[in-house]
Amino acid sequence: MTVPVRHFDAVIVGAGGAGMRAALQLSEAGLKTAVLSKVFPTRSHTVAAQGGVSASLGNSEPDHWHWHMYDTVKGSDWLGDQDAIEFMCREAPKVVVELEHFGMPFDRNEDGTIYQRPFGGHMSNFGEKPVRRACAAADRTGHAMLHALYQRNVRANTHFFVEWMALDLVRDADGNVQGVVAMEMETSEIVVFQAKATLFATGGAGRIFASSTNAFINTGDGLGMAARAGIPLEDMEFWQFHPTGVAGAGVLITEGVRGEGGILRNSAGERFMERYAPNAKDLASRDVVSRAMVTEINEGRGCGPNKDHVLLDITHLDPEVIKSKLPGIREISIKFAGVDPIVAPIPVVPTCHYQMGGIPTNYRGEVVIDGKPVHGFYAAGEVACASVHGANRLGTNSLLDLLVFGKSSANSMIDFIKAQPAELPELATTDVDRAVARVARLDNQTGGVEVNDARNAMQRTMQNHCGVFRFKDMLAEGAAKILEVEEMVKKTQIHDKSKVFNTARIEALELENLIEVAKATMISANARTESRGAHVRDDAPDTAETPNGRDDTNWLKHTLWHRDGNRLEYKPVNMTPLTVETIALKTRSY
Amino acid sequence: MTEIDPIEIKRIRWRSRRGLLELDLVLERFLANGFNQLTQAELLAYRRCLELPDNDFLDYVNGKAEIEDPELTHIIGILRRA
Repeated sequence: MTVPVRHFDAVIVGAGGAGMRAALQLSEAGLKTAVLSKVFPTRSHTVAAQGGVSASLGNSEPDHWHWHMYDTVKGSDWLGDQDAIEFMCREAPKVVVELEHFGMPFDRNEDGTIYQRPFGGHMSNFGEKPVRRACAAADRTGHAMLHALYQRNVRANTHFFVEWMALDLVRDADGNVQGVVAMEMETSEIVVFQAKATLFATGGAGRIFASSTNAFINTGDGLGMAARAGIPLEDMEFWQFHPTGVAGAGVLITEGVRGEGGILRNSAGERFMERYAPNAKDLASRDVVSRAMVTEINEGRGCGPNKDHVLLDITHLDPEVIKSKLPGIREISIKFAGVDPIVAPIPVVPTCHYQMGGIPTNYRGEVVIDGKPVHGFYAAGEVACASVHGANRLGTNSLLDLLVFGKSSANSMIDFIKAQPAELPELATTDVDRAVARVARLDNQTGGVEVNDARNAMQRTMQNHCGVFRFKDMLAEGAAKILEVEEMVKKTQIHDKSKVFNTARIEALELENLIEVAKATMISANARTESRGAHVRDDAPDTAETPNGRDDTNWLKHTLWHRDGNRLEYKPVNMTPLTVETIALKTRSY
Repeated sequence: MTEIDPIEIKRIRWRSRRGLLELDLVLERFLANGFNQLTQAELLAYRRCLELPDNDFLDYVNGKAEIEDPELTHIIGILRRA
């Protein structure tokens, strides 16, 4: 089958914050730039970011990028690469002011400077006391960022291909990246976007878990494509969770509910936090609460027909207090749990929020394997692992990541593209054929597995075996189970074979990406026998040599998962910043 | 009034995928229950809602804000009950 080919200088997959920041840089440099997106750009998941973007502007009180860097390294539990973290924190004030000039409506001080507010983990003078570093546009920072970037891109003549889904990366026999194969949703037509440089900015894959705050579009498409193309995925065992999302929905219940007197109960109605944290009880820290919830569920004291959640009880509070102080929570509970919390408790479960791992890159946004950049391939944002978040992301560093690495990857691409011959090389067709065959397999499958069944099996396996708090035996079992789920995914079938906006086909293709992320996560987590940041294991001993279960002697290293044979290898953490001294290892405590 | 063809219906279904989980959940439920019973006028109004920014759309659906466009009040009411 002959597949039409379109030619560009640069092709970007994903039109969230990172993709659009990169596109702007490329288009303004006069390069012909295509951006592919499954949804209209301003409806990318960046829109959900509320907290703000961090930068040591020092508008409210003294601040310094070096302090920001310290907080980020500490937050990462020392798994973050210190060269990339220094780069990001030094660039932060520049990219935030640039965004302001692009028309971003930041909240302001009376003197007209950007207003900055305090945020968890933001400290001055190397962890001494809180500092106001977060810049926001009310509670719509992500939304405002997308709008500012989209309008600038339209002005810069970026070529948007909206409602296109990228299917696979195209590499030649030497591994050089030549672009992507993509499908137009309106027609199901498959087209190659050939370019001198290709950037993945496809976001995270939180939908691998049964409970996730991620929108339905967050299906790890870039990670799946990279894995199929032989690119390893880095540090995929690290995912940020929130303790209380509505079970079965993922919508967050703020921790303020426990502050107002909310009590967590198991299937026996017991206030179980009394056993785990006799003093703080339900007000214990996030990780303690999450750990207790998961232990209750694992030991058979979960609630509901599947015993897979616990209950958050506020029925003892005065209904007037609930109505006046927690109106949003009551609404969420009624809408997404079908429960009025005045009369019945809310089903809750730890809920996945953010992916720290991803496609291995350096701070220039170049995808790197064995220390060498992959010719023509770049990644930025949640899909990438630079690694600035290490084992745990500091709040408001996600939007910063998009801006800094969207821009830096684009600058690398500009230099790269200018050094290439004017004519594009001959297109290698092996990967194109493979993508076409993948779609054909799906269309021709009979007697197979329903997409929903396979997706549910994957999400349950990940949630139960590889959630916020992890157990040795459960992980080992999960590693076997996820391979069984993979066999289901290989045989998925769809009943609607039509060509026009076939949502069933798109969802089946998305699942083929999710399963790659699920395998990478489970297998990487099973192998890492320590606790670090967001990867917390029941069997990692808390000793003088391994405080909080963190084992720097054996595990101060990045995981690299290869799809081929589910092989794992490791690479050292970069402990050498660009200009300052190493931020030395310390036990992480707040 | 313009007839909405089956292709447009499928496009509307895809465009009900949003950037915010809460909207995804509400619209998924609506697409499974209620969407097929919409009149042509309601369908056209729903299509216009899909052009709204996600945060505004969610605020209207949650009742946190009231939509000013009188032509959309009715469909937002349907979505609030979904």
